[in-house]
Amino acid sequence: MPTEIPDTPRTHRSLWVDVWLTFRQHTGALIGVGVFAGIVLAVFLGPFVHDVDPQYLDLQARNKGVSLSHPLGTDNLGRDTLAQVFAGGRISLAVGFAAMFLSLVLGTAVGTLAGYFRRLDGPLMRFTDLFLALPLLPLLLVIIMLFRDTLRNAFGPETGIFLLIVFVIGITSWMQTARIVRGEVLAIKEREFITAARSIGTRERRIVSRHILPNALSPIMVSATLGIANAIITESALSFLGLGFPPDFPTWGRLLFDGANFITITPARVLWPGLAISLTVLSVNYIGDGLRDALDPRLRDT
Amino acid sequence: MPDNAPLLEVEGLAMHFPIMAGVFRRQVGTVRAVDGIDFNIREGETLGLVGESGCGKSTVARTILRLYEPTAGSVRFRGEDIARLDGEPLRRLRRRMQMVFQDPQASLNPRMTVGSIVGEPLLEHGIGEGQELVLRVEALLESVGLEPGFANRYPHEFSGGQRQRIGVARALALEPDLIICDEPIAALDVSIQAQVVNLLEELQQRLGLTYLFISHDLGMVRHIADRVAVMYLGKIVELAPSDTLYHEPLHPYTRALMSAAPVHDPELEARRERIILRGDVPSPADPPSGCPFHTRCPMAVPQCATRAPEWRELRPDHRVACHLAE
Repeated sequence: MPTEIPDTPRTHRSLWVDVWLTFRQHTGALIGVGVFAGIVLAVFLGPFVHDVDPQYLDLQARNKGVSLSHPLGTDNLGRDTLAQVFAGGRISLAVGFAAMFLSLVLGTAVGTLAGYFRRLDGPLMRFTDLFLALPLLPLLLVIIMLFRDTLRNAFGPETGIFLLIVFVIGITSWMQTARIVRGEVLAIKEREFITAARSIGTRERRIVSRHILPNALSPIMVSATLGIANAIITESALSFLGLGFPPDFPTWGRLLFDGANFITITPARVLWPGLAISLTVLSVNYIGDGLRDALDPRLRDT
Repeated sequence: MPDNAPLLEVEGLAMHFPIMAGVFRRQVGTVRAVDGIDFNIREGETLGLVGESGCGKSTVARTILRLYEPTAGSVRFRGEDIARLDGEPLRRLRRRMQMVFQDPQASLNPRMTVGSIVGEPLLEHGIGEGQELVLRVEALLESVGLEPGFANRYPHEFSGGQRQRIGVARALALEPDLIICDEPIAALDVSIQAQVVNLLEELQQRLGLTYLFISHDLGMVRHIADRVAVMYLGKIVELAPSDTLYHEPLHPYTRALMSAAPVHDPELEARRERIILRGDVPSPADPPSGCPFHTRCPMAVPQCATRAPEWRELRPDHRVACHLAE
């Protein structure tokens, strides 16, 4: 029998080895991984090198510039900016990832169900519209007012507020993902390989998990990377309104907002948290981009 | 020609699609894609189904496989009515009937390896697992003339003909009795068409398969099919053994269709008289009254417009739906 590809049979290749080989060729994604790993390492290992308590008020050294004991200067209460950026980064990254994950799961689930099951489409998408139409700020206010104390009592002040913020950001940011995923699923559902799977006798949930979700991966990945940025910024906004973490609890967003009033005196207080947010968002976006390409076998260089 | 009991009996099968319009998505009409057809397929034979684009050939295929919910009629596979089955019994019956699709590119999931595409039916029906599954997939690939090592590759790495072989391997995986080939060669180069058709014939001989072969390539259908059904606007107008149909077609539409197909012999080809049909195919959303073909039929008489022709067996094993045929 003639075969058009003259090649010897290959040994079994692992999917993830293939993915990694393609990912490696995406320069932007590699730089993204480097920058992101750098940020994560700095945030978690930094405090061991620069062991200043971020909450220590050194009233002798307020609004100081760059010095050996305070590499990024101090704020108006004499707190060390570098230590605060490290401490804030841990919270911001954790909130960003956890909230992104929650909103991604919610959005993908709602989008897939609405796109795949025609009967659920109307109700679920109207539910999505309802969430989009809700005035978010009053909603957040109410949720936090209602549940803050309960959660604080149950999990302690920090874990409680962390869970609450992740939950609140998660359930208010899944709608875009749901809409995008639904559109994608609607298109994929009509493709012929779905009919083929059905004619084989593939069960519905397998059609969704094996055929539809992998093909809807690109928009999901894009939503995910944008979602992290969105979550970090929303958390900043919440902190600024006094609804987020307590005032003495640094996060990147909080540092940015607190520093904004002192931008003429100590620009470093705005510059560094801002830079950290931007670099995180940018590097995560590039990683997502590279991952999306690497997961698509058509773009994969074999 | 095999002359056994029918493997598949189709009776009065109809598939109407609603047309929705307006703000409230009310039904404003129906597309009668398949409008009451009867035929059967005998064990081990190849039944060709021909007709022009849009006449409902593919809908017949998909309705038989219950990929659509038929509006009316019954499809009996070895006596069991597929149109009334549901859930697990239907899933089990799917093992016995498989389909090869027209566009080999679209019918293979681009994100799955060839091995997992061909192995999916086995996995879904719990037939093979682990190493056994790998071996079976390799054997299947070999049986359609592909290298077993291709299992690790993705569909986009293959040519059209090879992709169609992958589609055939997937259809064979469950060792079905009936394979419905929905224009399996229409998307392929002529040189590759012969390869795929030869493969299908070879597999039929080796495995005793029954085919429903849908095509608009009259020459190819004549080559592969034992009997041929001609469809026009959702109805079968003529059904006969292929030699009979090609030599003495009884329905005027079949005659026009046959006259449009080129003949291999240049002398015959020079004498070939074409019957040119006037006008377009009427819309299946608003089919003509009486005989669906009367609007374009060169022989139409007044009663054609008022009375639908009977589906009669004019000669042994030769059925036709025309008032004038005799």
